[in-house]
Amino acid sequence: MSFDSTYTRELPLVPERSSFKEIDDVIFRPVEEAPTRKWFIAITISSLALMIGAVALANTFYFGIGTWGNNSTVGWGFGIVNFVFWIGIGHAGTLISAILYLFRQRWRTGIARFAEAMTIFAVITAGIFPVIHTGRPWLAAYLIPYPNQNSIWVNFNSPLLWDVFAVSTYFTISFVFWSVGLIPDIAAMRDRASGIKKRIYTVLSLGWRNSNRHWQHYERAYLILAGLSTPLVLSVHTIVSFDFAVAILPGWHTTIFPPYFVAGAIFSGFGMVATVLIILRKVYDMEHIITLDHLEKMCKILLATGSMVGYAYCMEFFMAWYSGYIFEQFVFINRAFGPYAWAYWTMFSCNVIFPQLFWFKKIRRNIPIMMLLVILVNVGMWFERFVIVVTSLHRDFLPSSWAMFYPTWTDLALLLGSFGFFFTCVLLFVKVLPSISLAELKAVTENAQPTHKHHH
Amino acid sequence: MIGKIKNKLKEVNNRNLEQKRSDELYAIGALFDTPDEIMDAAGKTTEAGYEEFDVNTPYPVHGMDQAMKLKNTMVGKTTFIFGFLGTTAALLMIGWMSGIDYQNIIGGKPFFAIPPAIPITFELTVLLGGLATAGLMLTLFNRLPWINNPLHDTNYIKQTASDKFGLVIYAKDKNFNIATVEGFLQSIGGKSIEKINFFEVREDRVRTPIFDFKFIALLAVVTVVTAVTAYGILRYVLFLPPFDFMWKQEKVLPQEKSTFFADGFSMRPPVEGTVSRGYIPYEYQGLPDSVVTLLANPLPINAEVLAKGKQRFNTYCSPCHGYYGEGDSRLRGQFPNPPSLHTDKVRQWADGNIYHVITNGQNVMSSYAKQISRDDRWAIVHYIRALQRALNAKDEDLN
Ligand code: HEC
Repeated sequence: MSFDSTYTRELPLVPERSSFKEIDDVIFRPVEEAPTRKWFIAITISSLALMIGAVALANTFYFGIGTWGNNSTVGWGFGIVNFVFWIGIGHAGTLISAILYLFRQRWRTGIARFAEAMTIFAVITAGIFPVIHTGRPWLAAYLIPYPNQNSIWVNFNSPLLWDVFAVSTYFTISFVFWSVGLIPDIAAMRDRASGIKKRIYTVLSLGWRNSNRHWQHYERAYLILAGLSTPLVLSVHTIVSFDFAVAILPGWHTTIFPPYFVAGAIFSGFGMVATVLIILRKVYDMEHIITLDHLEKMCKILLATGSMVGYAYCMEFFMAWYSGYIFEQFVFINRAFGPYAWAYWTMFSCNVIFPQLFWFKKIRRNIPIMMLLVILVNVGMWFERFVIVVTSLHRDFLPSSWAMFYPTWTDLALLLGSFGFFFTCVLLFVKVLPSISLAELKAVTENAQPTHKHHH
Repeated sequence: MIGKIKNKLKEVNNRNLEQKRSDELYAIGALFDTPDEIMDAAGKTTEAGYEEFDVNTPYPVHGMDQAMKLKNTMVGKTTFIFGFLGTTAALLMIGWMSGIDYQNIIGGKPFFAIPPAIPITFELTVLLGGLATAGLMLTLFNRLPWINNPLHDTNYIKQTASDKFGLVIYAKDKNFNIATVEGFLQSIGGKSIEKINFFEVREDRVRTPIFDFKFIALLAVVTVVTAVTAYGILRYVLFLPPFDFMWKQEKVLPQEKSTFFADGFSMRPPVEGTVSRGYIPYEYQGLPDSVVTLLANPLPINAEVLAKGKQRFNTYCSPCHGYYGEGDSRLRGQFPNPPSLHTDKVRQWADGNIYHVITNGQNVMSSYAKQISRDDRWAIVHYIRALQRALNAKDEDLN
């Protein structure tokens, strides 16, 4: 790998040229110090939300899906909306860690580990929803092709089955990728820790000893994992979009869905990563590691993907008109001007209009405005899935089956609970594992690599 | 109570983790300050002819592979092999399951086709390739986990995990000699030269701790516990409420006693004066066969009809009459043996008589009218005729 130092200088990764020791201290501080009051407040709130979600979950298990707002017309309600939303959030992590790695975007090092962790938690959160949506979650094993007592196999032609494979593979590979990246950092923590902590980190580090005989295989494996994850991340939301696109329902049955979903996923994922990072760097004084430059770059990606999503929204309307198919046309006019118009325009303004403000450098470098905009992105992307699922379903072909979807308290509590679960995981992660990749960060600081005077 | 636990935890936490070391030397390490220095040192060490040495750095230093003269890594090849295995396994799995073993018509699509198989094939390729890459990189190529390596817990390893660059020469190197190695490390600019001894418990010698008795015992316990749990769940737990919802349904089963109907049967007879759809009454029901000679076989004789007759005969008649109608029954001894169907009596019967026996039954042989449709019964008659002719073939039949 050749090393281009002019690039490093253009964007100093660790501006106030800190020594490696200082980097260690900053990165390990959240892990080694006793939790702060801020952290306790945060985890209280998030675990409260989690508990509320748990009550709703128990309610769902006991009484069944009837406790949700779904009805026979709108058969897919919050369950699927939340699933697609959380899966989408997960995509930014793999994009940052794998795709930007392959493109040698070295600014990613500061945020990659954290984004990967978010991926894992988001995919777990997402995975809960389809399982409880089946109504009998204890039968979920039937989704796996195993020789069962009924001598039947799963339907390999169904996008829902592809989903099972895509999401579980995505989770497994992301988890492996993340764990492999963690090993050297855990080893570094082991060598600083004592007592029980040291024992735990010793086991988790697998006895890593920073040997260059190991680094050689390690780096190659990391590169390959990045290479494997890249098509994987694109495939996952493509396959999720097949859940809709392969159906023949107007509003779902369209070929633009795969790229549109992938762009939307990256968009929402970056929105979430930015939201959490803005808070994190403040709480842990990491402003010189997760710099304003990082956030600015993320804003640029938000601008790009937001515009792609906007293009897809417009293209859907164009295709509805161009197809000459009245049902398709009705669905789209109904989306924008029907009973759910408020949801549609919330989505449109949050995802397409507001992010356009990122054209201005002033706004890209203004933390409070940025924070507001990225939260709006999260809201908008949740509504996008709501619009796709609910507005396509609620006006059936027969007007006698037209219906509206009204969420129940269980629906809302489950949504809240999913945020609670996600943020609890994030907070625990920040507390027990290094949330910035130490080895990678050191490798890209200035003067970290030999000047190649002696060897080639 | 809580206080006790707290004290216990504190005690465990403060327990001294330092392991005792033996007198046997494992390696000598030296530290360097900059990446340039370590590159230089690594190059010189290879030039000096040392083979059993290593460089430990907080992050991968680029160009070190060449300086240490390391062979190219084989990780990529493993990924390819396992990824390819994943592809093949996925295609074979989908092909066999949905194309052969469980053919199910879904929207008139082919049982197996490549396009719908692609998503899962791709996912399994990535899954297997990725797992093998990470797993084999750690275990096969890097020989991890190895948490008891003597290098651990030394100043050397702690420094190299943070901001120093270390070079270590192992005692097992063929050119190893304490004095020369120390001198050599000094000459290439190494600082804080450190002699690292083996631990007293030489667990590094148990190169494959998986053959350790404790580990095998653990595996055995895990296996037994998993198997017993799985068996218990599948055999008992799944039959408890609420998992029994599939068979504990509120419905009547045939043969079940009913408390609801006055006659105590849960099966209901047809309503008086009705027949089931497609039922055609048989006019000679219950009459002796002398009356029915007039019935003629309405079906033509052709391969299709004979094949049908053969299939039905083998299913319904052969258990008692044998595959060739010779009375060679598979039920021999459990049911009165039927007579041969090749007797002169049956051969001279009109088709209608055989049809009558099937439809009406004869003595201990009961009626098959309910099980076998009218046409199929006639087809069986043709087939019996074919059997009869086969056993008493004339010369002209050979043409
Ligand atoms: C459960 C065993 C059983 C099955 C199954 C069975 N049969 Fe019979 N069959 C008998 C017995 C026993 C007799 C002799 C009845 C008697 O005592 O007259 C018999 C008699 C007959 C006879 C009269 C033979 C004669 O010499 O009087 C014919 C023809 C015949 N079976 C045809 C069939 C055909 C065709 C089928 C298939 C549809 C069939 N049977 C199925 C047991 C069976």
